[in-house]
Amino acid sequence: MGTFVQLVVDGLSTGSVYAAIALAIVLVNQATGLINFAQGGMAVLAAYVAWALTNRGVPLVLAILLSIVFSFVLGAVVERYLMRRFERGDPDTAVVVTIGLLTLITGVAGWLWTYNNQSFPSLFPLDTVSFLGVSVSIRSIGTTLVIVVVMALLQALFVGTKLGLALRAVAINPQSASYSGLPVGRLLMVGWGLAAALGAVAGALVAPQLTLTPGMLDNALVYALAAVILGGLTSPVGVVVAAWIIGVLENLAAVYVPFIGYDLKVAVPFILIFVVLIVRPQGLFGRKTVVRV
Amino acid sequence: MTLLELEGVTASYGPVQVLDGVSLSVPENGAFGILGANGAGKTTTLRAISGAVRTGGRIVFDGKDISGLRPDQVAALGIAHVPEGRGSFGDLTVRENLRVGAYLRKDRKGIDQDIDYCLDLFPNLQDRIRSNASALSGGEQQMLAVARAIMSKPRMLLLDEASLGLAPSTAKNVYEAIRRLRLESGIAMVVVEQNANLAFTLVDSATVLETGRNVLTGTSAELRGMDEIRRAYLGG
Repeated sequence: MGTFVQLVVDGLSTGSVYAAIALAIVLVNQATGLINFAQGGMAVLAAYVAWALTNRGVPLVLAILLSIVFSFVLGAVVERYLMRRFERGDPDTAVVVTIGLLTLITGVAGWLWTYNNQSFPSLFPLDTVSFLGVSVSIRSIGTTLVIVVVMALLQALFVGTKLGLALRAVAINPQSASYSGLPVGRLLMVGWGLAAALGAVAGALVAPQLTLTPGMLDNALVYALAAVILGGLTSPVGVVVAAWIIGVLENLAAVYVPFIGYDLKVAVPFILIFVVLIVRPQGLFGRKTVVRV
Repeated sequence: MTLLELEGVTASYGPVQVLDGVSLSVPENGAFGILGANGAGKTTTLRAISGAVRTGGRIVFDGKDISGLRPDQVAALGIAHVPEGRGSFGDLTVRENLRVGAYLRKDRKGIDQDIDYCLDLFPNLQDRIRSNASALSGGEQQMLAVARAIMSKPRMLLLDEASLGLAPSTAKNVYEAIRRLRLESGIAMVVVEQNANLAFTLVDSATVLETGRNVLTGTSAELRGMDEIRRAYLGG
């Protein structure tokens, strides 16, 4: 029983990191209709910025906050000066550009800070607490809680605010949105900025555990994309729940299904994706897009 | 008082010249029609006014040269564009679509009042207020597009082919509502329409375009039934 609970809580915690990246992907997709493969890379860059700041004596929380601000600006700049050139063209081209950006960012991070693992201080104490007779790590609980709060804020932004409505409108029909007076360019910059800031949160949460390397979030990006497909591109809540399901199932399968073990656990989310794409292509929580002809 | 004036406006898509010197003048509270065959440059004229295409010549709105402005800047001056194809936000509800239309406004109370006004003008939308726009019929989407434009409290409405793809009775209903809007609000209008007879029920005067040029301009009474109108549509 103790092992089971610990596996579930750890699963939720790693799932939360996938969730943060997945939320950033959803945000960019809601704001621009694109999938940004560089989302993980930008998050790693943010983590390096926070790390470099702590090395210069900046307190950890402040360093992370500054890295979030840095990421917002980076996201907005990437949109304005790189993606803007491709947004009106073929969406496939824009997606390939984001893949190129991922490679570039990884290379730059490796060049600036080497490919060696760097230890990143944890936001949460490394102790465990006793919960219903089972010991659970505080870091896992903290990571999960942070993501729940971020998810709630994001959902509130999209559903409850004028900015969220404007971001969605621009994603659906930029031309028509501009006729209604929406400053399309500025809104796209805000959307990319918010997504990058979200990625920075993920980077800071995961870096202590994985240790900082330029490719730190490559795996997480793959899981995040799985969560996006499972949860549905239109639903922040759905994406987080899907990321948790992936994190937990992956952990449980590795321990309880003998032939999977640690070597094959990476296959679990993909088996899930196949099933979901066949049974419910819009994702578990996504809305079906109706196209009228 | 002239509200909108176009003088020798030109525009091209790449190497293709679409507007070759279009001129027109719309007085305050006036309704002006742009008629012509497919490809004559009607839609591009509206897009030129909105800043959606790069133009030459002069476009003056309320005494200010607006050529070179972005569409959202033009919208902020009080020009609302109801685009061809209706431009609905499919994944947003009808109410959210209306709120997007009111993006530039800050008066909450006024926005709610105007939503009520739109629902009164287009009662069909009342029952669909929570539906996604993509679930509406073609006629309802056209009504929503006009309503969205009204929500910005514009001084001028640019209306592009509001009857396109609609059953004749639905098209008549839409135009009836727009006529009522004009009567009650005094919003000036530039109306692009394939169906000249339908256009003449709304506009005071009109111009006929052929290959991006004015060939004939006059009041509705003068133009109605003229041979040139038929020729412009049918060719020859």
